[in-house]
Amino acid sequence: MGDLQIYGRKPFTNSGLSDIIILSKYVLKRGKTLANDKIRNFCIIAHIDHGKSTLADRILEKTETVAIRDMEDQLLDNMDIERERGITIKARAVRLKYTAQDGEDYIFNLIDTPGHVDFNYEVSRSLAACEGAILVVDASQGIEAQTLANTYLAIEHDLEVVPVVNKIDLPSADPDRVCNEVENVIGIPAMDAPRISAKMGTNIEAVLEKIVTDIPAPQGDPKMPLKALIFDSYYDSYKGVIIYVRVKEGRVKVGDNIRLMATGAVFNVVEAGFMDASNLVNNGSLEAGEVGYIAASIKSIGDTQVGDTVTNDDCPCDEPLPGYRKVNPMVFSGIYPADGAKYGDLRDALEKLQLNDASLSFEPETSIALGFGFRCGFLGLLHMEIIQERLEREYNLDLITTAPSVIYKVTMTNGEVQYIDNPTNYPDPALIQTAEEPMVKASILSPSDYVGNIMELCQDRRGVFKDMKYLDDTRVELHYELPLNEIVYDFFDVLKSRTKGYASFDYEMMGYVPSKLVKLDILLNGDVVDALSFIIHTDKAYARARKIAEKLKDNIPRQLFEVPIQAAIGGKIIARETVKAVRKDVLAKCYGGDITRKKKLLEKQKEGKKRMRQLGTVEVPQEAFMSVLKLDS
Amino acid sequence: MRDLGIYIHVPFCGKKCGYCDFYSVKWTKQAAEDYTVAVLRNLRHYSEADRKVDTVYLGGGTPSLLTSMQIESILSEIRRSFLLDQQAEITMEANPCTISAEKLSELRNAGVNRLSIGVQSMIDSELKMLGRVHSAERAVQAVLDAERAGFENISCDLMIALPEQKPESLQYSVEKLTKLPIKHISAYILKTEEGTPFDCDEIKRKLPDEDGTAELYFEMVQLLEKHGFMQYEVSNFAKEGYTSRHNCRYWKCEDYLGIGPAAHSCYNGKRFAVDRDITGFIRSGIQQITVTDENPCGFEEYAMLRLRLKEGLYLDDFPEHRNDIEKKLPPLVNAGYVQTDGESVWLTPKGFLMSNSVISYLVFD
Repeated sequence: MGDLQIYGRKPFTNSGLSDIIILSKYVLKRGKTLANDKIRNFCIIAHIDHGKSTLADRILEKTETVAIRDMEDQLLDNMDIERERGITIKARAVRLKYTAQDGEDYIFNLIDTPGHVDFNYEVSRSLAACEGAILVVDASQGIEAQTLANTYLAIEHDLEVVPVVNKIDLPSADPDRVCNEVENVIGIPAMDAPRISAKMGTNIEAVLEKIVTDIPAPQGDPKMPLKALIFDSYYDSYKGVIIYVRVKEGRVKVGDNIRLMATGAVFNVVEAGFMDASNLVNNGSLEAGEVGYIAASIKSIGDTQVGDTVTNDDCPCDEPLPGYRKVNPMVFSGIYPADGAKYGDLRDALEKLQLNDASLSFEPETSIALGFGFRCGFLGLLHMEIIQERLEREYNLDLITTAPSVIYKVTMTNGEVQYIDNPTNYPDPALIQTAEEPMVKASILSPSDYVGNIMELCQDRRGVFKDMKYLDDTRVELHYELPLNEIVYDFFDVLKSRTKGYASFDYEMMGYVPSKLVKLDILLNGDVVDALSFIIHTDKAYARARKIAEKLKDNIPRQLFEVPIQAAIGGKIIARETVKAVRKDVLAKCYGGDITRKKKLLEKQKEGKKRMRQLGTVEVPQEAFMSVLKLDS
Repeated sequence: MRDLGIYIHVPFCGKKCGYCDFYSVKWTKQAAEDYTVAVLRNLRHYSEADRKVDTVYLGGGTPSLLTSMQIESILSEIRRSFLLDQQAEITMEANPCTISAEKLSELRNAGVNRLSIGVQSMIDSELKMLGRVHSAERAVQAVLDAERAGFENISCDLMIALPEQKPESLQYSVEKLTKLPIKHISAYILKTEEGTPFDCDEIKRKLPDEDGTAELYFEMVQLLEKHGFMQYEVSNFAKEGYTSRHNCRYWKCEDYLGIGPAAHSCYNGKRFAVDRDITGFIRSGIQQITVTDENPCGFEEYAMLRLRLKEGLYLDDFPEHRNDIEKKLPPLVNAGYVQTDGESVWLTPKGFLMSNSVISYLVFD
């Protein structure tokens, strides 16, 4: 089953993979080389829920890459989380064969890209592997912030953008309006865009034909030195790291020594080929214009950075492909096992996840309150949530996570500059000359009815209004500069609830600005609980402190001792609540010498105690730690 | 050899009270006779002729449903099979309605020297609500009859935190009760046991809340002590020299042998319970038991039981835990749950109400 291990999990777990019959009438023969002009490399850009995965499935089905009876909704989204959330987390590439109306056979390489802003860099690398992008727009919703961001990204990469209007079967569909919007907002012709329903399978052929006619064939000379772009990688427990590449120049074949230019690591190619809907097909070689995979007994995913260039070690190219950068985590959070004994399990799980996700970083940290755990770095909030969810679901771990933090830049009075990703390490204010926080450029698309709500929210989150423009009569695009730490908590949730789910949101990093930051400590029974400390803007400290104190009061059960809850900046208490002591336990008689009930009660007490964090005399349930993460709910 | 206490569980009731979940079945003459025979058989089975028995306790159920003859035969068998001490404390529980003056004399003559009477309350409406068949007046009469029959050591049960109970009504019951010629009071907080008729919203919403219950309990402790009934256990109060020797066995990890369905034992190094099955008990030669603890009276159990007693636990009884306990004491002492003199540690009334939490704090990591 080694071949089928994608992202460390067996794909299509529900369908019984061995039963999947690939009905493709046309199976590529090993070693056969293809004329470049019959290849189309493309991706699909869409906002969440606009039907990207459904369209991908239809394309797979229409090209008969997968038997219809084995179709499971959204084949490309392998992970449970992806399916449930309707998002794509990892890029994926599938080779399809299509016989066009001109009678010619074409090879399609469909590269499915993650749609979320957290994975912006991965998206840009996936786009760089393509010549064209299908832009899927919902016929009733129109363009959303994410679509726009990714479309601009595609245009930046000189991709041919092929608009497609989806969901025309919906009663609220208004394809003409949406086509207008595409022309007005993005500035690409859209009047002849295929109008389809991926769900119903309507007019999919038009999309396939558009791919053939509108998207250019790849350029590139197979005789040049090898130059291939890594756009994704994952770990297979049998073959080692599998890298997904787009060969730009030259050729790579089994037995070649390849060099990954950013890391300098050299490997011997064991397999080179492509992916059909469910299998890696070892084709023996890949050449300019092709998209495929390379297996080269690579042990560590750290060696295979997305965006890096693969070349031939014996005959290297002059310079790597442009655009490579090392991806740095933006958001940090402490992750602790609820049961301290599971520390080793947590480390193993993180290591395994990291095999497939080089952008996940972690290092051990210790908290007085939570014991041993890890400081983990994520690309963004979604990335963080996904990792936490996977740890809990796939590795069966019960976790306590601390509030997400961004990286603050602190210049000390002695001139030294520190980057702080853990509030616990925030220096004494007396030693700080200036503190800076990361800002983002945020773009929000919404029906104009909600502009007031959005402005109020952004104002409340210390946003600086930049501009606003009407996309049409009913929809606006707003631009704000927002501190990253104001959006890492719950910004997106609140935005959704204040716009009845209609607003979409996207952001990009814009650098550091000086800010009035303070460290807010939470004290239980007079002792600082390190895991609850965080850094916040002075103006927000009081309100936040009160809210946290209230939340904790609601989430810490009454117990043997009274629990004073305080919030403090430096030595100054700015909020206070008290959890009163319990006055009476459940009593048990020991009538007639029957002590079993009393013993049971004590056992229960013991069990209850195990689920608590003992901080001095205070017992804190893990829900209390979690409750402060979601203050508005 | 260690002294022994014998507990006889008499599982018969005329009428089951709504709050009670102890094992009992409907009394019939035949069942009572068969049961008595089975008790005698079992006493012979456990016979240890040279083992000193210094407490006997007939509990239930309603032991006063047995005839004086049946009680006498049981006590005689104990004398035959064990070494029943001259000064032994021999207690029988009684329902105010099932003890006539005449029967009380017979019981006294048979050797019963301590009575525990299920008075529960001195207010008729409360008694009715509890489903008790007796009135307050009848309870007073029973106590006076018992005194006249020669019972010098009488205990009464009292129940507190009853539905809609106020400090005033509790005060009334306590004042009435303490004027009677009794030496001992067991006062229990009403607890709605799962599956009993009291386990319903109609009752539960009338029960005092946590704070109300705590207030009633403290009020009661104070009142009883004012009248000379000193607290010596969570729920037990006695005039000087009249603590229940038998019940103290439970809390001091001393041996007791239980006979009868649902009776519990801590006997010769094991804890065991007899099956809750009167028919099985009558039919089988020896009572069927389930061992609940192969190795009883370890530190946790010792602490749990000892801390029910006002005298508390002795730090030197488990020297290996001394340091740990002493380290944990200060916050408990500060909060008023616990007191210590450096040799022993004991709970205050406030601590008794929180005993699960206090004990768990003291003995678990």
